[in-house]
Amino acid sequence: MAIAERRQTTFTPPPLQPPVEAPVIPLLTTLEKRLLNEFQHGLPLSPTPYADMAEKLDSSEQEVIRLLQKLKELGYISRVGPVFKPRQVGYSTLAAMAVPCDQLHTAAEYVTSRSEVNHNYERHHHLNLWFVVTAADQAAVEQVLTEIETHCGFTVLNLPLLKPFHIDLGFPLWN
Amino acid sequence: MSDSSLTSDNRATLDEIDRAIVRATQAGLPLVPEPYQQVADEVGISSQEVQSRMQCMLDQGCIRRIGAVPNHYTLGFRGNGMTVWDVPDEKVREYGKKIGDLDFVSHAYHRPRHLPEWSYNLFAMVHGKDRSEVDHKTAQIAELLGDDCQAHEVLCSSRILKKTGLRIV
Repeated sequence: MAIAERRQTTFTPPPLQPPVEAPVIPLLTTLEKRLLNEFQHGLPLSPTPYADMAEKLDSSEQEVIRLLQKLKELGYISRVGPVFKPRQVGYSTLAAMAVPCDQLHTAAEYVTSRSEVNHNYERHHHLNLWFVVTAADQAAVEQVLTEIETHCGFTVLNLPLLKPFHIDLGFPLWN
Repeated sequence: MSDSSLTSDNRATLDEIDRAIVRATQAGLPLVPEPYQQVADEVGISSQEVQSRMQCMLDQGCIRRIGAVPNHYTLGFRGNGMTVWDVPDEKVREYGKKIGDLDFVSHAYHRPRHLPEWSYNLFAMVHGKDRSEVDHKTAQIAELLGDDCQAHEVLCSSRILKKTGLRIV
């Protein structure tokens, strides 16, 4: 099959992550939980933000930096910093495809390999592949969707954001 | 912040220095006592200017928040349910705001229907430790919508195939 051959030569896909397993709840100290719960937003725009955090937490700047470093190394936080509103710097859309089980792996690998795709999830639904495409403008995004459609051979459902209702300020992880 | 500042048509304009700040901070602030000073040195401006420009981007909504970005998956929050709802179009705004205000909803969006295969016009991301917690929270949304919910589904993720942060310029 020509398409299958082309797939093999155009990219080397990363291995798929294993399926979701039973959650392993990490053991965190009260201070670590407070860091995670109370500082998902509101990191001070001051010369010494970590010292300011430490003051609120009755801790020290050194300790706050050490714990944030540790949480990052363990993968419990991806970073400390600004979260940008995605559409500010281009155009993006949420797209979905219904892919038969035996072709899901190949289709998913192709979608993931596209640099314009920043999120790609397999979901339990007949529309089982959900991904976000971001590019400079609407036309560029639609071009990528068309290419994915052509390459994979399945209709892509284009579900662009019409209106957001919530600024993501993070949410409480523990009550 | 008013709703109008969040619409797609109302984009903040970023100049070259703002973009340099975005590039220098999108992978995270350095974990050093004076992180903005380090960003400033990289961009070639003063620390004060970095802070004031980031404050401006926050006010404009270009930066949603500054803080620790949790990785829900490794923290044990593996429910990650994308709930989708079919509500009357004239009420989507009202319900979107109500659902967006729930503390377990991280994002709520109005998206187009694609009839006949896709009848849902309101999306809400619900996070929980497992499927039953997501289902319980979804039931709370259903209760809030009452008879105005014509149909809904929960699409839980079975695999995260790709998740990368924003990359610009």
